[in-house]
Amino acid sequence: MTAFMIRRLLQSAAVVFVMSVIVFFGVNVVGDPVDMLINPEADQEDIENAIKALGLDRPIGEQYLHFAKNALTGNLGKSFIFGEPALMLILQRMPATMELAFAALMMAIFLGIPLGLYAGLKPESPVSRTVMASSILGFSLPTFWVGLMMIMVFAVILGWLPSTGRGETATFLGITSSLFTLNGLSHILMPALNLALLKISLVIRITRAGTREAIHQDYIKFARAKGLSQRRVIFVHLLKNILIPVVTVLGLEFGNLVAFSVVTETIFAWPGMGKLLIDSIQQLDRPVIVAYLIIIVLLFVLLNLIVDILYSILDPRVRLGEKR
Amino acid sequence: MAAIEERLSAVEQSGKGAETPFRRFMSDFLDSRVATAALVTLAAIVLLAVLAPLYVPQNPYDLAQVDVLDARLPPGSKSYQGYTFWLGTDGAGRDLFSAILYGLRISLSVGVMSGFIALVIGSAVGLVAAYAGGRTENFIMRVVDIQLSFPAILIALMLLAVFGKGVDKIMIALVTVQWAYYARTVRGSALVEGGKEYVEAARCLGLSHARILFRHILPNCMAPLIVVGTVQTAHAIALEATLSFLGVGLPQTEPSLGLLISNGFEYMLSGRYWISFFPGVALLITIVSINLVGDQLRDVLNPRLQR
Repeated sequence: MTAFMIRRLLQSAAVVFVMSVIVFFGVNVVGDPVDMLINPEADQEDIENAIKALGLDRPIGEQYLHFAKNALTGNLGKSFIFGEPALMLILQRMPATMELAFAALMMAIFLGIPLGLYAGLKPESPVSRTVMASSILGFSLPTFWVGLMMIMVFAVILGWLPSTGRGETATFLGITSSLFTLNGLSHILMPALNLALLKISLVIRITRAGTREAIHQDYIKFARAKGLSQRRVIFVHLLKNILIPVVTVLGLEFGNLVAFSVVTETIFAWPGMGKLLIDSIQQLDRPVIVAYLIIIVLLFVLLNLIVDILYSILDPRVRLGEKR
Repeated sequence: MAAIEERLSAVEQSGKGAETPFRRFMSDFLDSRVATAALVTLAAIVLLAVLAPLYVPQNPYDLAQVDVLDARLPPGSKSYQGYTFWLGTDGAGRDLFSAILYGLRISLSVGVMSGFIALVIGSAVGLVAAYAGGRTENFIMRVVDIQLSFPAILIALMLLAVFGKGVDKIMIALVTVQWAYYARTVRGSALVEGGKEYVEAARCLGLSHARILFRHILPNCMAPLIVVGTVQTAHAIALEATLSFLGVGLPQTEPSLGLLISNGFEYMLSGRYWISFFPGVALLITIVSINLVGDQLRDVLNPRLQR
């Protein structure tokens, strides 16, 4: 176990190192670093001062060390647009993104599992067929286009839901979120559903497949033979067992939700870090781009590490497979 | 796609001959009505897109043929030149029907080309990994695993954020995202094939490594590769559209379907739905039909499901 964890940690460190090299060379070698890191509107004297301050007149290896040192101390430069430290900007926007991803995850669980369970228990019913057909559609529909259509229908034609922004937020137990106000909830409904669409389809399919497999297992037959009620068999015996793969997949998919929120945030003008990234790319606000990339790589490496370790605790075969 | 069409017609022309593997494959494939419809739709889309310049009423990117006075007309309006804008016009007065077909050309060619390059690179790497074994294999597969642990859109965004936009840049991003899927697929089937007698026989004949790899093992890994290739091409088209929509993919000079949708976004809130709606429908039909064809290919080519 310890050896496994150390190996995983080393691997994560290697990924972070490689990514930092890629980001660094991408910014400093492929493009002109003076253009990339210094505000193009600065005058000549400022530019020269900035070149000195950023160490751009030194050899490339030294520059990388300088960049790494700055990154490690959280100094990733100031945004050209906001004039604030880039790292701060990203961290300020992170809660909004996490909130959106969390709401989408909840939707995937509370819509996906019941629908999948129903489709698995009654595979021949017309409702199940409709659910399965829509889940295929859910996989194929381009997320961003569905988002636009949702705005078209629910905001423009029907006028039921607001199409942009996060709405009012409230603080509860130290967490500030729009999930706690009615206005905030009306704002998050569409973006969260849009983001969740793919995951709902995924959960439906896994739950259905799991149900159809489990229904013929001996323990279900035995539970029935004991004379337990149908409800107890389904919600206690069956559900418990099919939840394992569903939870595993959802754990892995959380990172995916964070990544895909870039698209949803752009459509619904949700003030999260994904929208910040797209705005920064459009406005050539490079320090923010670099800070975003570094934060997101760290976030993913951390998420993958946690999932790997949890997995090895839950399933000993993973660890044994490593020693091959 | 075109190759399949060609072979299809070749089979039809040859009349009722002996049962060839390809003939069996086709009849298995056509068993499913949905998949057949998807294949026909897909063929029609490709044909329409390729032949677009021959029949569309307007070249939407020839400024002489576009009139700004025609901008934002709803579907069914008449143009000054007398033809009808069946799908309306966009913000610059371009006929949407023509723009969609031109956009389809760009979306399809970027998706198919990057898919093909990724297939070539990925299969070569996967084959080498399976054949070399040991440390080389471990290293390559570790890289593949790590890359696949990041969402595709994230990797593409990272690359485009650093490199900027452009046709070449988005192709690089799509290839980088996709090669790992092919590498993993080919390595998996090459490991199985590599242990079979015919490979041993080829080794005993003293054939070169390259010949064994590419002439003996690779052709036998084709089935899963084709399936992954179809699904990945659909993914590539969707991803390109998404990135172009976000404004980090293709430049305005190469208006793919994603860019058309993005351009219509600003008119959406004033109720001019058609500028985003119709390109999206075209994108949707394309992706769904590729996915359905891919699904059926998977069933037909899977030896475990062989009837």
